Amino acid sequence: MYAQMVDTGLKQVAEATGMSPEESAFQARVDADVKVEPKDWMPEAYRRTLVRQIQQHAHSEIVGMLPEGNWVTRAPSLKRKAILMAKIQDEGGHGLYLYSAAETLGVSRDNLIDDLHAGRSKYSSIFNYPTLNWADIGAIGWLVDGAAIMNQIPLCRCSYGPYARAMVRICKEESFHQRQGFDIMLAMCRGTPEQKAMAQDSLDRWWWPSLMMFGPSDAESVHSAQSMRWKIKLLSNDELRQRFVDQTVPQAEFLGLRVPDPELRWNDERGHYDVGTIDWKEFQDVLRGHGPCNRDRIRTRTKAWEDGEWVREAAVAHARKRAERAARAAA
Amino acid sequence: MTPSDRFDFLLRMGDSTLVLAQRLSEWVGKGPVIEEDIALTNVGLDLIGQARMWLSYAGEVEARGRDEDALAFRRDAHEFRNALLVEQPNGDYAETMARQFLFDHWHLLALKAMERSRDERVAAIAAKSSKEVAYHVERSTDWVIRLGDGTDVSHRRMQDAVDGLWMFAGELFLPDAVDAAAREAGVGPDLAALAAPWRSAVGAALAEATLTMPGDDWAQRGGRQGRHTEHLGHLLTEMQFLQRAYPDAKW
Repeated sequence: MYAQMVDTGLKQVAEATGMSPEESAFQARVDADVKVEPKDWMPEAYRRTLVRQIQQHAHSEIVGMLPEGNWVTRAPSLKRKAILMAKIQDEGGHGLYLYSAAETLGVSRDNLIDDLHAGRSKYSSIFNYPTLNWADIGAIGWLVDGAAIMNQIPLCRCSYGPYARAMVRICKEESFHQRQGFDIMLAMCRGTPEQKAMAQDSLDRWWWPSLMMFGPSDAESVHSAQSMRWKIKLLSNDELRQRFVDQTVPQAEFLGLRVPDPELRWNDERGHYDVGTIDWKEFQDVLRGHGPCNRDRIRTRTKAWEDGEWVREAAVAHARKRAERAARAAA
Repeated sequence: MTPSDRFDFLLRMGDSTLVLAQRLSEWVGKGPVIEEDIALTNVGLDLIGQARMWLSYAGEVEARGRDEDALAFRRDAHEFRNALLVEQPNGDYAETMARQFLFDHWHLLALKAMERSRDERVAAIAAKSSKEVAYHVERSTDWVIRLGDGTDVSHRRMQDAVDGLWMFAGELFLPDAVDAAAREAGVGPDLAALAAPWRSAVGAALAEATLTMPGDDWAQRGGRQGRHTEHLGHLLTEMQFLQRAYPDAKW
């Protein structure tokens, strides 16, 4: 759920009565769980919504490399450094699959990246929080990747074939990322008092932003209802968040860490944990650019892109020269 | 070959691969295009893996209870035995690729020679590493050619990068007493003998890249003897921070 609050561009959910014959046939195929492929006819709103959703997800993978990159040069052992490098490399790969999946919908990666740099498209709010100690690298794997998996496993069954297939590969790697994150937390919690304090500090800072990753309650959202009808969203934000909390709280207890929510308690009747009130103003602020790292993340990405321009130009120029030489040699 | 010389020899391999991997990890999230970000990290990951094998073995040979992490994170700059070339800052993409190119060609020749090492551990590490490094050579050579024979801007940047780093390449081929002992024992390569094939491979790539091979062969020396440039201390300060600040912690 690196894609939050995806706008469908629609004011109400498309109903069968108002549908064109193509739309009805499309919806019937989706209802029958037939995958939509790039060359199939699809409603324009479906295509645009998917582009937004996949793009946000792709950007999140790429921007998400930065908070981890902040610690890769300071990883505390060679083994941890190697694991972290492998994880960051996976994330770059996820970004690539996802941009490729978006490109099957008639957009170009370069344009999507321009949208990111210009602030026209979003990435997950979570990556606007800083990594301040080594335990944050553990917390990102445990909580952030853990939250992402909650959403992405259902998306392996989503209606759009290229996105569903990308998600199958991504989920396999994400579950490894989550385990390595938990393993870092475990080492910290079994370590010195300073390490345990780092782990607690990290959970204190990442818990609420992780719950916010699922987005505000969307029980009333037209966009979510439409996305569910199209099967590009399979579970509501609240259902996913509840699953995440139910899975994570016992893990925090196992680690001996305190979840920073005084109202958190097990509800026997519901068979779920109840959580306190999420500060949605903070979430909205971060989405509007007022998070701790929004400016730094976009500046870093933009600088990398601009600094790399002459390299990309040279690669293109060289390829052209080669092609010209080959053509001359063949003539 | 004394255990002390063997230890020193292994550190030279371990430290060069470690320091270069550390430099490459500084690129994370900042590459010119995502594919390059992934590839740089991939090369860095290979080098970290190699560093771990060399340093673990070095620790065993030393037999003072130091493992790979004790050697990587608890030694000061003057105890590092890496080549000066690999500790040079990343600079722009041309500098990063030129540094990689000059090192990779030496690295592959050295590993190929060590595949026949009389020390079985050295031979095994070299055999595993050389498969990875063959790909590193291909990649960095390709980039030197693309940037050299790309645009005017990329040509100038790549020529500047090669000119600027050239003085750090020479020491790779200048053996000292430890290298001589390793060669005589059949453990390490004959460094001086690697110079001609290196020059020929590097020269052919530079020619294809329309670049000029620098004429001044004066070499800065000292990396393998623990006399480094100013850059290494800063690299280690960052890399070793957690182990130094929390010496009792297990991570």
